[in-house]
Amino acid sequence: MKEWQSWPRFRYEAELDLRFPEEVASMPGGRALFACIQCGTCSGTCPLAMYMDYSPRKIIAMTRAGFKDEVLHSFTIWLCASCYACAVECPRKIKITDFMAELKQRAIQEGVDPKRFPVSVLAREFFKAVRKRGRSTESRLVLRLYAKTNPLKILDQALLGLKLLRTGRFSLHAESVKNRQQIDQILRAVDAAKATAFVDKLARDVRREVAHT
Amino acid sequence: MKYLYYPGCSLKGTNRAYEESVLASFRALDIEIEELEDWNCCGATAYMAVDEMKSFALAARNLALAERQAPDHPTLMAPCSGCYLVLSKTQHYLEEYSEVSRTIDGALQAARLSYARQVHVRHPLDILIHEIGVQQISSKVRQPLRGLKVACYYGCQIVRPYAAFDDQVNPKTMDHLMRTLGAETVDWPLKTRCCGGSLMGTLPEVGVPLSYILLKEALKRGADVVATACPLCQFNLECYQDKMSRQFKERLEIPVVYFTQLLGLALGVPERQLGMHRLLVPFTLPAARGGARVHA
Repeated sequence: MKEWQSWPRFRYEAELDLRFPEEVASMPGGRALFACIQCGTCSGTCPLAMYMDYSPRKIIAMTRAGFKDEVLHSFTIWLCASCYACAVECPRKIKITDFMAELKQRAIQEGVDPKRFPVSVLAREFFKAVRKRGRSTESRLVLRLYAKTNPLKILDQALLGLKLLRTGRFSLHAESVKNRQQIDQILRAVDAAKATAFVDKLARDVRREVAHT
Repeated sequence: MKYLYYPGCSLKGTNRAYEESVLASFRALDIEIEELEDWNCCGATAYMAVDEMKSFALAARNLALAERQAPDHPTLMAPCSGCYLVLSKTQHYLEEYSEVSRTIDGALQAARLSYARQVHVRHPLDILIHEIGVQQISSKVRQPLRGLKVACYYGCQIVRPYAAFDDQVNPKTMDHLMRTLGAETVDWPLKTRCCGGSLMGTLPEVGVPLSYILLKEALKRGADVVATACPLCQFNLECYQDKMSRQFKERLEIPVVYFTQLLGLALGVPERQLGMHRLLVPFTLPAARGGARVHA
């Protein structure tokens, strides 16, 4: 696994991915990214900034400059706990929390989210469970998380597990919606709509390229 | 008026005492509530990290079901802060972004559902203070919480990013409710500071200090108990106290309850119906101190 604090390294302009900021800004309300004045209020407000490899302000600057690899490989995006403290303080009304979520999505899509890192594993496992059953069962989710990251943690948490069991707070019964088919139909329809939108965008890009040449 | 109730996954699992105390205290106030039929997971924060549009689609199914179940006045009460935020956020996105609106309407249609944007998503604190009113509540108090010092913890997602029913920086609805019940509220500035959320489960070395700071500040300000309005906050603040004690090398113990449990106690609801027996750090009302504990 990568170290939390990596050594600074040189980056040449030619290596930067200038499509990256445009792609990220295509999220709903994403254009606001270009309005950032780098004031650092987000980093100052963030209760987790001290644990991050790049502060939220830096992540925004690096995204705009095209540091795609560094941004998508960063721990910062996975440390965001979605408390929205930065988003409500931002003088340029940038939805920083949603922007972090967008970067998490891109990291997962590109397969560069840190492996065996509990935060992204939890997100993936949660997604799978809800995709299948329409509901999540906390106890099962946590056990799966430990199994996939660090099985020894089950021992570490055994005492807490026992206490929860004794107070009737721990049940392995898998919760599920009755109409699973409906969940499936809805989520498939989203996939289909995304595919259509992607093809449309591709067609638009090609037309633009052709018009230029 | 009848409220539809959206429990969410957590209130059916580890944090069922929240459900128990919401149902019992609302019953004691003669407020009619009915569970949303065949509700699905709201998507929570984790789903947004994988696929935001799908998380909106999941939330929208619940909104569509709510409209179907209560066509006249669909008010959906969501006690869990995470669910409350995701459902509200979905509504904001449906309104603000036409591409989200189009995709979600299409997805619902594929499952023979539709959503006409009529649902009002509300938090129980909002309903209690702004709908039922403190006068009505105070007239039903059987056992005032006299001498109890409460630190009201609202957590992040009730007031951020949308502050629909309370002040964003210094929310007051829960403090107001607690004083109505006869309790004292301590003045503490960490009301909406992050408890660590799901990081407590994934990266405890990061989550534990965040929750520890909150409890420590509450103790320094003389609180007897922390009242929460979110299942994840309650779990983090209560269940990791052993870990905090170990990490910070001091005995740290303070009860962390749901605000609805204190409401229920004041209304004279039996402790068992409020899920008091599910607390890991037992809670005692000042009146009962020196004698029996509130729960067996």
